[in-house]
Amino acid sequence: MEAFLFILFGAIAVGASIMVVTRKHPLASALHLILAMAAVAALFVLRDAHFLAAVQMIVYAGAVVVLFVFVIMLINVPEDRLPVERITLFRFAAVIAAGFLVVEGALVAGRFGMPGGHVAGGGTLEAVGRALFTDYLLAFEITSVLLLAAVIGAITLAKKKI
Amino acid sequence: MTGPLFDLAVVLIRIGVVFSFCMGLVMVFVWAERKGAAYIQDRRGPNRASILGWTAWGMFHPLADAIKFLFKEDFVPDNAHRAYYVIAPMFVIAPVILSVAVIPFGPDVSIFGRRVMLQIADLNMGFLYVLAVSGMTVYGIVLGGWASGSKYPLLGGLRSAAQMLSYEVSMGLSLVGIFMVFESVRLSHIVLEQGELLFGVIPKWGVFVQPIGFILFLTAQYAEANRTPFDLPEGDSELVGGYHTEYGSFKFSMFMMGEYLHMVVSSVIVATLFFGGWQFPYLHDTGFLFPGGFSVSLPEIVVLLMRCGSIFVKSLFFTWMYVWVRWTIPRFRYDQVMRLGWKVLLPLSLANVFVTGLVLLLLER
Amino acid sequence: MTVGIKKAARPRKMSFPEGVYLVEIAKALWLTMSHLLRNIVRQEGIRTIEYPEVRREMPPRFRGLHRLMKREDGTPRCTACFCCPTACPAKCITIVAGESPDPRVEKFPVRFDIDMLRCVFCGLCVEACPLDAIRMDTGWFTPPDDSREKLVFTIEMLLEKRG
Repeated sequence: MEAFLFILFGAIAVGASIMVVTRKHPLASALHLILAMAAVAALFVLRDAHFLAAVQMIVYAGAVVVLFVFVIMLINVPEDRLPVERITLFRFAAVIAAGFLVVEGALVAGRFGMPGGHVAGGGTLEAVGRALFTDYLLAFEITSVLLLAAVIGAITLAKKKI
Repeated sequence: MTGPLFDLAVVLIRIGVVFSFCMGLVMVFVWAERKGAAYIQDRRGPNRASILGWTAWGMFHPLADAIKFLFKEDFVPDNAHRAYYVIAPMFVIAPVILSVAVIPFGPDVSIFGRRVMLQIADLNMGFLYVLAVSGMTVYGIVLGGWASGSKYPLLGGLRSAAQMLSYEVSMGLSLVGIFMVFESVRLSHIVLEQGELLFGVIPKWGVFVQPIGFILFLTAQYAEANRTPFDLPEGDSELVGGYHTEYGSFKFSMFMMGEYLHMVVSSVIVATLFFGGWQFPYLHDTGFLFPGGFSVSLPEIVVLLMRCGSIFVKSLFFTWMYVWVRWTIPRFRYDQVMRLGWKVLLPLSLANVFVTGLVLLLLER
Repeated sequence: MTVGIKKAARPRKMSFPEGVYLVEIAKALWLTMSHLLRNIVRQEGIRTIEYPEVRREMPPRFRGLHRLMKREDGTPRCTACFCCPTACPAKCITIVAGESPDPRVEKFPVRFDIDMLRCVFCGLCVEACPLDAIRMDTGWFTPPDDSREKLVFTIEMLLEKRG
């Protein structure tokens, strides 16, 4: 059952991702991106990472893509003026090569074993919270400072006079 | 009667009951909206549709509307992006129905010696699931706005995207206080905790421990449901009909249903998080136990019914609140909505989190 | 000519409790709720007139649809004197006169049509009539209909109407 669901959602994720890069209209791409995000969230649920799944949906599908959609709609390029890119043989080959690279990387990583990222209690909210605020507190704080810097940078860029 | 068949039956019955409860409430809600609006404005409201001469105070009007919508021509404008145009109403309605799954409608009961939860799914991530799923409703509106291939719906969809995004932040943050106080995001656990008493007198309901959180959450919910004072995506005075200008027949009716369903679900959520869910004040498993030591014992079935009735009445009140507020407060200007969201609600909800944490820390000492 | 600056009144700045909205919203909610409760308890307080069943009491001088008066013997009082079509600013009255069988009366209207779609309900025909044969006291508006022909009222229809 789990294997079946994994294959199902994995296929949806891959299929939707392909659609993201091949659709002509950017909004259609964005919508397929949501589908891909949701499928990945489902994969997280299958691995018992409930918190990660919820965050994936809230942050990526619920907020980031809304921003994309917002910008796309705000610019609203007419259909006939959309740029057209063709799939050339070179690009096709590049994608295949990239796929091989990923598989190879996975094999190499599997040989050496994954770095010890295992959290006691799996991906529940309690376990993730405990890990974030004890073992990985420094990384967590540094990330928040990084985000703060990004926010301040955005404001300075957007507004000449504060 | 045990085994997987029993489990399956329980699951199906729970889904059926909860779904029809919400759908039924939508019908009543539409009626209450029209009749309530009329009475608030000193009018009479719907009173014509009748079955065999019985008008039931205009209760048949939503039914008549539904029948009318079903039999109208299913029209797709020339400029529309057909597939997305058809998907959009479904996008509005589906996430809302999904989010009912985690709401507990009563305590655990034992049927044939088995414990049965009166909740479709008691998820570990609890309310985060509701946040994750209800974040999807915005796409229905945005998609509908864009796929209509017309200017007004596009503007409505744009507004909706910006508004939902702004208020989702403070909606999530305003609940952090509740999660801190009850030490869980699991809704069943939050409701259980609310059965306790605060200082031995008042019930420990969310609204008493998190009054500011309650007001912030309620405001954010109104904005999320695109409801007056925040109904700018629809904005009939400037955008004709907003995102559903180009929609007709049953697709429009699905938008309507989605909107009302959203409000019903969010009222149930408010009742669950801030008003004790199925908890009835001073009611324990065996009967009433008042603070003064005075007690009344009640049979188990009465207690259960009172508890299920309790969440029903609370949800009804908050759905009514939506109607009430709609006919009281006029629509905000767009910049006012944005200012309220980012400059008032967001800082307040952050301050609320901080103060809650401080108080909890001091109480622990 | 000097151009002056006129100070327009700005909205008064809200005081702090007003700016918080909550108190004001609570007041407003109370107001709407009081209306609602009052209207549920006392239905008579609602001013709406439920039209087809209940009709508004028309003022005595209200000019509604026309009617033609009859003599005691049932013949129309009108003598086809053409005063009303002459007075009519909308030219909506058509009269065809015929010789009356009654020796005391010279003429009577064979046709007396009023085109209700053209009529402006000015009441000048009533003023002009020397015999008080046409009145506008039926208290009805022009009824809706699905063809123009049906809204040209004939003499039979006009004689049937009651004041």
